Amino acid sequence: MRLPFANIPIWPEGASKAAFEMDLLYLVIVGLTVFFCIIVFGLVIYFVAKYYAGSKADRSNPTFHNMPLELAWSLIPLALGLFVFGWAAKLFVEMQAPIQSENALNIYVVGKQWMWQMQHPTGQRENNELHIPVGRSVKLTLISQDVIHSFYVPAFRTKTDVVPGRYRTLWFEPTKVGKYHLFCAEFCGTKHAEMTGWVYVLSPEDYEKWLQDNRWGMGDEGVTVAQAGQALYEQLQCSSCHAPEQRIGPPLTGLYGSTRTLSDGRRVVADYDYLRQAILDPQAVTVSGHEPIMPPYRGQLTEQEVIQLIEFIKTLSAPEAPPVAEAEQSDDSGGNG
Amino acid sequence: MSTHEGDLHVGHQFEDAEQQLDSYSAGMWLFLVTEVLFFGGLFLAYIIYRTRYTEAFVAAHHELDWQLGGLNTVILITSSLTMALGVRAAVLNRMKAVLGWLGLTFLCAGGFMVVKYIEYSAKFEHHLFPGPNFEFHHAGIDPGQAQMFFNLYFAMTGLHGAHVLIGMITMIILVIRLWVMRKQRIDFIPIELTGLYWHFVDLVWIFLFPLFYLVGGN
Amino acid sequence: MSAAGVATKQPEAVNYLNVDNSIKSWLLTEDHKRIGILYLVTISLMFLVGGIFAMLIRLELLTPAGDVVMSDTYNKMFTMHGVIMIFFFLIPSIPAVLGNFCLPIMIGARDVAFPRLNLASWYVFTLGATLGVTALVLGGVDTGWTFYTPYSSSFSHTPVIIAVSGAFVAGFASIFTGLNFIVTIHKMRAPGMTWFRLPLFVWGQYATSLIMVLGTPVIAITLLLVAVERGLRIGVFDPALGGDPVLFQHLFWFYSHPAVYIMILPGMGVMSELIATFSRKRIFGYEFVAYSSLAIAVLSFVVWGHHMFVSGQSMYLGMVFSVLTTLVAIPSAVKIFNWAVTMHKGHVKLDSPMLYALSFIGLFTIGGLTGLFLAAMAVDIHLHDTYFVVAHFHYVMVGGAIVAFLGALHYWWPKMTGRMYPEPWAKLSALIVFIGFNLTFFPQFILGYLGMPRRYHSYPDEWQTLNVLSSAGASILASGFILVAVYLLWSLRYGAKAPANPWDATGLEWKTPSPPPPTNFTQRPIITEEAYNYPIVLAKNGEPDEAVKQEEAEKHEHA
Repeated sequence: MRLPFANIPIWPEGASKAAFEMDLLYLVIVGLTVFFCIIVFGLVIYFVAKYYAGSKADRSNPTFHNMPLELAWSLIPLALGLFVFGWAAKLFVEMQAPIQSENALNIYVVGKQWMWQMQHPTGQRENNELHIPVGRSVKLTLISQDVIHSFYVPAFRTKTDVVPGRYRTLWFEPTKVGKYHLFCAEFCGTKHAEMTGWVYVLSPEDYEKWLQDNRWGMGDEGVTVAQAGQALYEQLQCSSCHAPEQRIGPPLTGLYGSTRTLSDGRRVVADYDYLRQAILDPQAVTVSGHEPIMPPYRGQLTEQEVIQLIEFIKTLSAPEAPPVAEAEQSDDSGGNG
Repeated sequence: MSTHEGDLHVGHQFEDAEQQLDSYSAGMWLFLVTEVLFFGGLFLAYIIYRTRYTEAFVAAHHELDWQLGGLNTVILITSSLTMALGVRAAVLNRMKAVLGWLGLTFLCAGGFMVVKYIEYSAKFEHHLFPGPNFEFHHAGIDPGQAQMFFNLYFAMTGLHGAHVLIGMITMIILVIRLWVMRKQRIDFIPIELTGLYWHFVDLVWIFLFPLFYLVGGN
Repeated sequence: MSAAGVATKQPEAVNYLNVDNSIKSWLLTEDHKRIGILYLVTISLMFLVGGIFAMLIRLELLTPAGDVVMSDTYNKMFTMHGVIMIFFFLIPSIPAVLGNFCLPIMIGARDVAFPRLNLASWYVFTLGATLGVTALVLGGVDTGWTFYTPYSSSFSHTPVIIAVSGAFVAGFASIFTGLNFIVTIHKMRAPGMTWFRLPLFVWGQYATSLIMVLGTPVIAITLLLVAVERGLRIGVFDPALGGDPVLFQHLFWFYSHPAVYIMILPGMGVMSELIATFSRKRIFGYEFVAYSSLAIAVLSFVVWGHHMFVSGQSMYLGMVFSVLTTLVAIPSAVKIFNWAVTMHKGHVKLDSPMLYALSFIGLFTIGGLTGLFLAAMAVDIHLHDTYFVVAHFHYVMVGGAIVAFLGALHYWWPKMTGRMYPEPWAKLSALIVFIGFNLTFFPQFILGYLGMPRRYHSYPDEWQTLNVLSSAGASILASGFILVAVYLLWSLRYGAKAPANPWDATGLEWKTPSPPPPTNFTQRPIITEEAYNYPIVLAKNGEPDEAVKQEEAEKHEHA
């Protein structure tokens, strides 16, 4: 939205499900701000004018205390403030919590000085650009390769810090086709201001076409993230310890999402952060009943490669699960979910 | 506490000696509160990492010699006693006693630093100082987590040791002042304030000793 | 009650300025008034350096492309601007200059409790500031004043350790000042000066000193750990070394949030003095204003997580911080209302200090209310690290704290220097500062909601007009500040000699000559009246009531 003259923009485009409610909340707070400013400025201007030294106003019986007044102007702002707090907290929780949708698109983002690398599970890769379909929930799993960054899309009214060492999750649902700014919003060094990009929200048909045109890897079908992970798994010969028949490392089938007992007695859920640590610093999370002999892979794998391995491990569900190749290829079923 | 005013020097900003003593005590207590916060940040870090890396911390603490640590604890507690006796002697204007007790306190502090030196040297020899030369080989323990134990050990005992050194320097200055002003009535305020500081330093050690040397049992 | 003016024909009386003109007497002074002047000189120099960086920043932002300076240079400019303005200007400003000068006089004491500690604090501060300037001369630091890890501890190629050492050292000056003030206020009040007869400026200094003493050690240890991680490569905050970057944020903001209240509480104390004097009326709700200073000091320590809503901290923890932040706004609102209502049935004058006071009320109200946007968790997701935050904190720190500092400087200038500044120029610059300030920072609220991130030297083309408006405002603001400096310095030589009480105000400082003698009082004052006990004029037509005047005069004689 722009001012009619001088072409000055004053309001950003809103293109996500959360944007409408956030804009409403923002305008309510603006309203409260204007209201209190009018009261304060009005009182001050009125008193200065009326009681200017030498004016003939009535100054008899001035007061210096008034308990009801003090209570009023303490409790009323407090009540209004708590109302704002409550609404904002509710909206915050809604924006963080997984939006109910089996249809959600899962995309990985690695931030590093000074670019964003997106990895779609179906294998498409992008740098500083993100193509997504309109009307479908998107879940970003983000991590930094180096310093703290922040993934910010003003049109979606959403942002999250992207930190090294731990995955973060960001949920949103785009509601409007278009092209929107992507910014890094946490100072990260020399090219912080150039760590920007674009989010393209496409119609479902355009999205399908984009998926087809942007496969990554060899062959007509392209390679998904999980398949890349499988290739890496084989290249690093992880099965020499982790294959069930070897009985050296704990088996990985059904690992993702399960609860493991570690050698110091702690029980942990095998989520993304756990799997990442188990690959990079295995000595810290040795599983009970096993020897701490897995070599650490810190410094040998990029965050992209760790994500590929985790995606592969995710596919190793119960032994009867269908093979990887079929389960992850969604280019036929496309955006139908 | 009985005071001897007489020819006790009172600063120009004060009305009388009582206001002066009152103000100096209040100031010193307030300073000690800031010291609590200063060390507090490190204690907080210790609590956080101890909870996260319990097993590693227990394994790492076995590298510390609890007997030397215990000896240091006895030395410091003794030095607090000698310090308190020194303050009392100062209030009672007994020059020889003050010098004697301060001297003993100084010796105890020196002894503490000697034991500390022995401990630290052993750690360096065994590659337990954090940094590129750190080595920790215990089965099932992540060396990174064990290193965090030693980060905190050296940071906190090092900071404490620096405070002991500052205390020792202060004691030297006190003795010099006492000697230079030996013809006058002893100004006990600096000695009392140093005593407060010294008791605080002792108290910090009494927390450090069990947290590092006795955690998880032997 | 009001003292007679000093006749200009008499030979100059001995005052704290002329008692000894040697450099040694200044550098070894134990006089709180001289120490206040020493601080004024040092922080003014730092303000100049910080201000030059501000102008360079706005110069770069005139165009959407990053074309005036290189990226690294720009990053250093905003970092040095922040580090210098916060650690070496705002934190000391009112306490170290006006607090040092006025506090002992206001409570009827000859000096602070520990004059040598006071002098030491100035030397320590200057050492810290020198370290900061050294970091600048060595090329400047580029981490942002917030020094977030692991960038600051493991990635930046700039003299980070020197810069954090400067802040570390300056922190001790803060602790010394705070400690001195707390003991002084507790132990050195004149007979009859009970807590509730103290000027509200003193209450403000007391609350500020509590924060200085309790909060500063934590930033000291935090910066020390950053230096240790950077220098010895010991992992505390860098995940690659086994540390936790979010731990740094908790430790950093645990001090840095209370620090912003160190910057505003003294200004609020000044407000009470100015509004009382220029309304010729006791502050409405004195006890509420006094208690709200303490409430702000206490609550300031439990809201730090509102800087970290998107950092990954637990959302339940975030809610606790959000509600407490809402709570901490209330005492500030209480003060604003009490100040406004003070003017009701008063005799309002618009001398230049009062213009600054009224500016403060306007600008701080806006600045404080925009904090509510950021305290609202969901809205903060969008606004965090955008220009909205920049606008918010400049409204409270410049529109609030610096405007209060200028108001205080003008108000006590006659007392400190014995000279009056030219009032028409002062009114003009107050207006220029007000207009320039709003033009600079109001567009930034809009830029923030549009999504312009902080610390960007290049931005999308469509945001240029708003940035140009902001830069234009900055030049106006700068000229306002320069004008103030010019006529204040001019007044030292050519200004009219000031009477003891140019504003006809209550308060012990106005009962001493301008400038005061070295020991403040020839005789220890004995307090028998409330603060701000301006006579009440009881007449319906606004004319002075003779009967009441007579009664007041008699009451005075028997006091």
